[in-house]
Amino acid sequence: MLSKTFRGGVHPADKKELAAGAETVRLEAKGELEFLMNQHIGAPAKPLVAVGDRVLLGQRIAEAGGFVSAGICCSCSGTVKAVSPMVTQTGDEAMAIVVENDSEYEAVEGYGEPRDYTKMSKEEIIKAVADAGIVGMGGAGFPTAVKLTVKDGVKIDHIICNAAECEPYITCDYRLMLERADDAVLGMKILLHVFPEAKGVFGVEDNKPLGIESLAKACEGSEKISVQPLKKKYPQGGERMLIYAVTKRKINSKMLPADAGCVVVNYSTLIAIAEAVAKNMPLTRRVVTVTGDCVKTPSNFDVPIGIKVSELIEAAGGFTVEPEEIIFGGPMMGAAVYTTDLPVTKTTSCVLCLSKDESKGCEPTECIRCGQCLYACPEHLMPIELKNSADRLDYDKFEKLGGLECIGCGCCTYICPAKRRLSQSITMMKRYVLAEKKKGAAK
Amino acid sequence: MKLNISISPHIRSRRTTTTVMLDVIIALLPSVIVGVWVFGARAFAITMLSVTSCVASEYIYEKILKKPITVGDLSAVVTGLILAVNLYSTAPWWLPVLGGAFAIIVVKMLYGGIGQNFMNPALAARCFLLLSFTRIMTDYPKIDGVSSATPLTLIKQDPTATVPLSDLLLGTHSGTIGETSAIAILIGAIYLCARGIIKPREPLSVILSTGVFVTLFSLVQGRPVTLDFLLVHMLGGGMLLGAVFMASDYATTPVTPWGQVIFGCCVGFITALIRCVGGGVEGMSYAILISNLLTPFIEKLTTPRPFGTSPQKKEGAK
Repeated sequence: MLSKTFRGGVHPADKKELAAGAETVRLEAKGELEFLMNQHIGAPAKPLVAVGDRVLLGQRIAEAGGFVSAGICCSCSGTVKAVSPMVTQTGDEAMAIVVENDSEYEAVEGYGEPRDYTKMSKEEIIKAVADAGIVGMGGAGFPTAVKLTVKDGVKIDHIICNAAECEPYITCDYRLMLERADDAVLGMKILLHVFPEAKGVFGVEDNKPLGIESLAKACEGSEKISVQPLKKKYPQGGERMLIYAVTKRKINSKMLPADAGCVVVNYSTLIAIAEAVAKNMPLTRRVVTVTGDCVKTPSNFDVPIGIKVSELIEAAGGFTVEPEEIIFGGPMMGAAVYTTDLPVTKTTSCVLCLSKDESKGCEPTECIRCGQCLYACPEHLMPIELKNSADRLDYDKFEKLGGLECIGCGCCTYICPAKRRLSQSITMMKRYVLAEKKKGAAK
Repeated sequence: MKLNISISPHIRSRRTTTTVMLDVIIALLPSVIVGVWVFGARAFAITMLSVTSCVASEYIYEKILKKPITVGDLSAVVTGLILAVNLYSTAPWWLPVLGGAFAIIVVKMLYGGIGQNFMNPALAARCFLLLSFTRIMTDYPKIDGVSSATPLTLIKQDPTATVPLSDLLLGTHSGTIGETSAIAILIGAIYLCARGIIKPREPLSVILSTGVFVTLFSLVQGRPVTLDFLLVHMLGGGMLLGAVFMASDYATTPVTPWGQVIFGCCVGFITALIRCVGGGVEGMSYAILISNLLTPFIEKLTTPRPFGTSPQKKEGAK
């Protein structure tokens, strides 16, 4: 089948060969586990436990703090040691529950009991997803149950599984395609049960032929589920780009995927849905890729959420040389962190350790108006003009040029020969404009 | 362990301003080499003088004004080369020196340096020289000891005159240092397109629209239009050189895809106007310079619509 794609984008070296061959290894936490209350987009979760409480594997230790929010389930059994604010990867403070692991893994009642999803109603499935605390595991962390709650009258005809994994280095979804394709297809079947009018599509970049093959095999016999190869191009896994590649429908910042008749779910999330609904196992684990040129053995680990990242690096054999930069997520949109003494969250797909910070030596020079940022922008914006208006704090011009449509993919900064920090300026300005709008609306 | 913190993206493409300019220099080399082969060592000296003058002007200007020295980005070398390939090899030594200084100081640096100039520096300098020293600037070099007019001059005097196609392709006819060989320029063009430095739509829209408008004007004037006549217009003179290296200049042409096509058509239209209706022989330089002035307007008209948005409604209240 021909690979589909979108207009724009860039082609960074994908570097997936580092960890693509490493089979997923299950890892348990040696030390204590930390559960952050803001692992998702939306209102932070509210702790349900107090210091000294005994908690069990799979027990809900925090509940959703609002409609757009998600609860958190414990990934081990043990004692709550602290419920207090801690500094997160971004440098902000957030509440966290610290659990002392007793390594007994005593589970809550009913944990792991098989359920027949075909006998469950739509509402029951969505509730099961919400109870499991499932959020988008690709990086954004949007609560999945909210995504599945579609307004009455909106017809969903496509469930798109985002298995593009377009960020360089990351291989966690790829390994799961090879190792657990059946579970993903089960997850897709569950979603098709929720949206019976839809068909399921796995969108996979064509740099993962084995992943496509494995998924296609798992899809055999299911008429409504298919695999769609996508061109290897960043940001192919961007929600709007993915929807366009698969359905040729376009959505903008003011629309939801549902407006185009689509529900988009990340690949790891789909497996989490299958576990939560069919096996009654809430989201307590995820696969994390530990890679980069200074990691001794680049690996993929199946780890409990809350485990310290430093434990993962230790399990990967430590560093061969001291890293200059460590990134949570991919190199295009991930966040650089200042320490490895941070817990794995639901959205930590990758711990990328680089011996050289490529952006360090790149001092911005004058724009030569080559137009590369324009051709690379998947949103068809003019980053060059947006940056000019952002630098002048020209609020109206920025909005008129479509600045609020920016998805922050970073293509413009990546491609710029003059090394100008285009996406950085645009992202800051976008936040500023949105904050001003909010203020205006409040008045 | 000391870790660097920065906002994403954390990786950068290898391409820099310097490598972009280097690519343009590489693309210009075939034309310069053919120029030296056809017109001799003097063409080489003119080229070197022009490049040296441009680089030195930028360096001295920045030194005097205590600005960061930017000659390392090689853009002055590109300007120097483009100016040189636009000059006749018969030029006296001071001509490229003066032209280079004018291009860099007056057209480029006074407007803020790289990316800020609104006119193509090399072309503006060429026109400055052409207007100031018309006799010297129109002194065609001799080929094989015989003084001959350029192909465009020939057909201006007699529209039925023919120029052998092999001469047009190889460059063995009179003209400026870099404009004569279509093949050399096309090699450069293919290299630039393959490297993604320019888009094929830029030179193509210039060349094709010139062909269309020349045909139109000639038909209106009741003159015969033959294939030979069109080929001389589209391959002879500064057409190819201008279309590939000057109508695709970054700073002075639109960045929007449709804007580039419209810009190309403007250049084609004005060139045909000058050649067919006006008294000029070449017209290309002026056409590009005039179109340069239209760039901001063209860009504004052709701003692409953001992905997934519908055409913006005009707000009635405002």
